[in-house]
Amino acid sequence: MVNQLLEKLYEPVRLKNSTNFKNLLAAGKLSNSMNKLIISPSPHVHSGDSVWKNMRDVLIALVPAYLAGLYFFGLGALIISFTAMLSCVVFEYLIQRYLIKGSTSITDGSALLTGLLLSFNLPSNLPVWIVIIGSLIAIGVAKMSFGGLGNNPFNPALVGRVFLLISFPAQMTSWPKPIPFNPAYLDAVTAATPLAILKGQFSEIPSTLNLFLGNMGGSMGEVSALALLIGFVYLLIRKTISWHIPISILLTVFIFTGILHLVNPELFSVSPLFHLLTGGLMLGAIFMATDYVTSPMNPRGMLIFGFGIGIITVVIRVFGSYPEGVSFAILIMNAFTPLINTLVKPKRFGEAKKA
Amino acid sequence: MKTFKMGGIHPKEYKFSAGIQIQTASIPQQAIIPLGHYLGGPSLPVVQKGDKVKVGQMIGQASGFVSANVHASVSGVVNRIDVHLDASGYKVPSVFIDVHGDEWLETIDKSAEIKRECTLSSAEIIKRISDYGIVGLGGATFPTHVKLLPPPGKKATILIVNGVECEPYLTCDHQLMIEKGEEILVGVTILMKAIDVKRAIVGIENNKKDAISLMQKLAKTFVGIEILPLQVQYPQGGEKQLIDAAIGRQVPTGTLPIEVGAVVQNVATLFAVYEAVQKNKPLFERIVTITGKSLKNHGNFLARLGTPLANIVEQAGGVPEDTGKIVAGGPMMGRALSSLEVTVAKGTSGVLLIPALEAARKNMQNCIRCTKCVVACPMGLEPFLLMSQSERSMWTEMENERVMDCIECGCCSFACPSNRPLLDHIRYGKSIVGKIIRTRQAKK
Ligand code: SF4
Ligand code: SF4
Repeated sequence: MVNQLLEKLYEPVRLKNSTNFKNLLAAGKLSNSMNKLIISPSPHVHSGDSVWKNMRDVLIALVPAYLAGLYFFGLGALIISFTAMLSCVVFEYLIQRYLIKGSTSITDGSALLTGLLLSFNLPSNLPVWIVIIGSLIAIGVAKMSFGGLGNNPFNPALVGRVFLLISFPAQMTSWPKPIPFNPAYLDAVTAATPLAILKGQFSEIPSTLNLFLGNMGGSMGEVSALALLIGFVYLLIRKTISWHIPISILLTVFIFTGILHLVNPELFSVSPLFHLLTGGLMLGAIFMATDYVTSPMNPRGMLIFGFGIGIITVVIRVFGSYPEGVSFAILIMNAFTPLINTLVKPKRFGEAKKA
Repeated sequence: MKTFKMGGIHPKEYKFSAGIQIQTASIPQQAIIPLGHYLGGPSLPVVQKGDKVKVGQMIGQASGFVSANVHASVSGVVNRIDVHLDASGYKVPSVFIDVHGDEWLETIDKSAEIKRECTLSSAEIIKRISDYGIVGLGGATFPTHVKLLPPPGKKATILIVNGVECEPYLTCDHQLMIEKGEEILVGVTILMKAIDVKRAIVGIENNKKDAISLMQKLAKTFVGIEILPLQVQYPQGGEKQLIDAAIGRQVPTGTLPIEVGAVVQNVATLFAVYEAVQKNKPLFERIVTITGKSLKNHGNFLARLGTPLANIVEQAGGVPEDTGKIVAGGPMMGRALSSLEVTVAKGTSGVLLIPALEAARKNMQNCIRCTKCVVACPMGLEPFLLMSQSERSMWTEMENERVMDCIECGCCSFACPSNRPLLDHIRYGKSIVGKIIRTRQAKK
């Protein structure tokens, strides 16, 4: 009944949208006489925003970190990023075209973005075939099997990454040493990440400045805090994301590790700043946790979400057996997002003050 | 600079007709004056076929408290009383008058002289406003006298005047402030007397700097009137948003502005109040903005009620070739018209002609849960959620999510990157939830 009604409402709009109508209009065969007026409910104007514009803004925001990745990891970074982007787009197309037999949405840029984010979370000496498997999991399993963009409960790129981490732990945890414009790919010299060093495996720890610039071992796109922060500022200016999730994650990690450090500096020797600058925290907080689809729908919920990610990250890092916990933390909180959305409502206008 | 604190958007302004002097629209050969109102009961005709009427003579009488009288806008002979299409898309009872000359009631003071002194008492003022058919001219056409009579136990403390005109394209209020600023302020003092308050704030958005400085200069010669420039943001003209912007108080959900002691009136309404009280003139004409990107002569026209919109659009250069949609009112809240036979009603603030290429909506895509609709909503609702609940007929849930708070401003649909028709679904759900609530109250 509702649908019938709305169907009626949109009839003239569809007519006007059809290519046939546009062709006729272009050929001057349709005069817009009074009986062809569009009748639709208000509003009659639109901001002009689109899915692609949002995805484009995130892609632009990733450029500094991408350049940093290319600088530190050279050829390998180039190969895995292109492999991931291409395979994500191709998988999305094939699945939509031949499995679902519907229209394709690869032009909205979301598959491209998933590909790039996936590669950011991978070591740059990962063999191409593993990258392709990761893309298939990200697009095929984490995104398309739930109904495509907007319906996936978990961040696709992270699902891809975590799948690879569990399936190929050796390859996924040998990171190449940062060498400017490194021409080596699979045979790149490896280095330990600072977090692994802390878990007692190696000895030399890079300086804070190097950590900030990104001169350390790690996944391709996560190393340079500086570059990621530039992207963050861009996203804030463009109002693509709000500050709530990234800031609450970073603040929670900083405060939580700071308390641990103060309480027992012997046992928890790592400074809070070090926690902020290492591993995938910046990348995760700014680009992975803020994924529209899998994060809460209002500022209050976002703060809770970010707080949860921060706590879980620190717990895994400090007490768990994996050196890094951001990906797991985000996926766990993704699972809580629907619950947060039901329980936490935005601030209403004229909300009765609690007595 | 002040503004409201929650949600809101900033659409492109396109105020083409700003600064264009008010022109008088020619009187039509036949005026078709609608007796229905969007809100409240219709008026009942008090003239018959063949009756001679003068300009200003009452032709429709209010039925019930929330209703308003209607007056003849032209002089001539009543041709018939019949239904005619109005901006809502429905046919409503209307009085058809064949125009002969332009003979006004003798009681109406036609002089241009500005009368500041008002000797009427509060009750007399309110009675005059009610008799002379004054309604909110901002678009909602809510009878003005109803707002001036607070429910028992409530007392107004401030009069807030809406000179915001936050809709893109429209300039009728802007131009009225420029040309009739003093009359408007006299109207403000009259209403202050009527509701017995000592203070009034006139909110004007900062894109009308000329109106702000002019009104500020004029306000110095009155007592208790403050002109308040406001940061440009839509929907600042919404009653609750304007109160928040002006005095920083949020009207509690489910209550009226009087709850925080505020009475809100639009500047055009105040001009009508001035004319009714000081000039003995019932409401039978108003300013209508005719505008659009491809239109030749944008303008602000003083038009008699019942003038077919086609006549005024003709005066503004005619309907452009590329027109794909015609809207009565502004682009955010106006109604799309199926025909220009629709005539000027009390709530007609403008006619907007939208080119075909901009008129069609784009195809909708999946909700990407970007929260832009939530951020844009000035009432703190979750439009994406309300839409999906409406699609699934989840009326109880919608009521719990406060769908009745929705002011139908359209910010959500405007902001959605996936082009989702959020407000259409919300409006539908709201109408059903409204019905459910009414039947429940009736049972009690
Ligand atoms: S139309 Fe209703 S739901 Fe949409 S933004 Fe306005 S108040 Fe909120
Ligand atoms: S603005 Fe549109 S896409 Fe974004 S959350 Fe709202 S409905 Fe979904």
